[in-house]
Amino acid sequence: MGKQLTDSPVVGPGTLSARRLTTGRVLAPVLVGVLGLLLWQLLVGVFGISSYLLPAPTAIFAEANRAFEHIWSAALITGWNSLAGLVAGTLLGVFFAALAAASKSANAMVNPLVAALAVIPIVALAPILNTMFGSTQFPRQAIAALASFVPVFVSTLRGLRQTNPELRDLMHTYAATPIQIFFTITLPTAVPYVFTGVRLASSLAVISALVAEYFGGPRGGLGGIISTAAASSQYPRAWAYVLASIVLGLMFYLTTLLLEWLANRSRRAAAG
Amino acid sequence: MTTPDTAGSTTPAPEAAAPTAVQATNVEKVFSTSSGQVHALSDVSLTVAPGEFVSLIGPSGCGKSTLMRLIADLEAPTGGQLSVFGKSPDRARRDQDYGIAFQKAGLLPWRTVADNVGLPLQLHKSSTADRKARVAELLEMVGLADFADRHPDQLSGGMQQRVAIARSLAEKPRLLLMDEPFGALDEMTRERMQTELLRICAETSATVVFVTHSIPEAVYLSDRVVVMSPRPGRIAEVIDMKLQSTDERTDELREDTSYFDMITAVRESLHGRSGQGGTQGSGRTSTGHGVENR
Repeated sequence: MGKQLTDSPVVGPGTLSARRLTTGRVLAPVLVGVLGLLLWQLLVGVFGISSYLLPAPTAIFAEANRAFEHIWSAALITGWNSLAGLVAGTLLGVFFAALAAASKSANAMVNPLVAALAVIPIVALAPILNTMFGSTQFPRQAIAALASFVPVFVSTLRGLRQTNPELRDLMHTYAATPIQIFFTITLPTAVPYVFTGVRLASSLAVISALVAEYFGGPRGGLGGIISTAAASSQYPRAWAYVLASIVLGLMFYLTTLLLEWLANRSRRAAAG
Repeated sequence: MTTPDTAGSTTPAPEAAAPTAVQATNVEKVFSTSSGQVHALSDVSLTVAPGEFVSLIGPSGCGKSTLMRLIADLEAPTGGQLSVFGKSPDRARRDQDYGIAFQKAGLLPWRTVADNVGLPLQLHKSSTADRKARVAELLEMVGLADFADRHPDQLSGGMQQRVAIARSLAEKPRLLLMDEPFGALDEMTRERMQTELLRICAETSATVVFVTHSIPEAVYLSDRVVVMSPRPGRIAEVIDMKLQSTDERTDELREDTSYFDMITAVRESLHGRSGQGGTQGSGRTSTGHGVENR
């Protein structure tokens, strides 16, 4: 044996073209965004649209800059609620998906419940929970958890059912226990699907935690301040907090996107 | 569970004293599907002696893979008796008496090559030090020592298949079950892998049951070739390969007259012309399809 045995390994794609692709992917939307802002500023300036209807971007940025500390603390409150909800929803989603994948009767019990949860509108639930739990952040976290639960459950359950039948056969020939099978092949196969679910859930968690603040409960979060500012006609202020909400949602999305990418990195291709 | 060598058995065990590696007696397998029953195996009797290399060959649907899956206890026979080293297939599987390699390498893509090879050892709780030593030894054996830390998707198909073979040898099984392990490889790699397999077999003196649809592959590798015919799957003929012993076989055999004679014998049997044993009239028209003559 020796030399004639060493086939050349598969070489990855060129890094240069990949980098060029990424640059394009980042630059294009940034360019569109900047052009949009310029157009907005121009429209407000040229046509003299009153700041009552639509404040100029410069006014919004000035307000965001001035009230940065307040915005930051508001974003922390909403961000924390979203994160708590996302984590709780993910844990519940994975747990119930594992249950549904493990037994047919559990699946028959859990699936209709999830379908019911999926169609509950947040707006319908928020006022009720706010009244039930009074002046705590719990209703917001619960609503964010509910919203996160569904995509994580659906995606994880799908992942748990993707196990390669050949690997199942292999584990059977090893006389592996059900626990060993779960941790050796079923769960690792499902992990990328879990993270896809978390990515889908991340923006939902932020939106839900934020919108839930519109329906009463303690003030201080981004959503609460947006509704107060809008109600008292402080439009640049309201828009500044909307801007912060967008940034918060993006941060959640990008973080979970990164997690998903890390989870997928070592398993780009299924073994042939 | 031991079964006596019945009259229906196709060949007697060469070494009467040693227990047989695989003993099948009138084995039947019927699959119940929604569109009715499929008779996958009918009245299959076969004895494989320890250290023997036996190939199962036949067209698609002749039940050769099913027979191997029965031996591996991945399916249960619906009739007849089957024993592996004198035990039930279930017992043999639990005792880890065999190693197995499938047509697809079936590697865990998220594990490195070394961790894939060490998988059975890890599942059966061998110590980390033992596992490391054994994995290094196996990777050396299949010529992949430099690739221990790679992931399967960084390897070519032939290398992945070698990882799967190393994994099947991890626990030094007395019996090696291989279901078209080289089926997806190109001809060059395939011939190299065959020579490689013979060397490994000579080193480990394992019994091998090898499923293939390539006549040259079966002839080159085997001590005996079991020719099967489809619908229902049955053994048409068992042909002794009167070639060199396993460790003496080299690539030169591929150009030897005895090799071509044996290829002809197997081909004629597959096409139902030799008229021996269980070859049915109906097999004459259907057996040739799906078998490679290259």
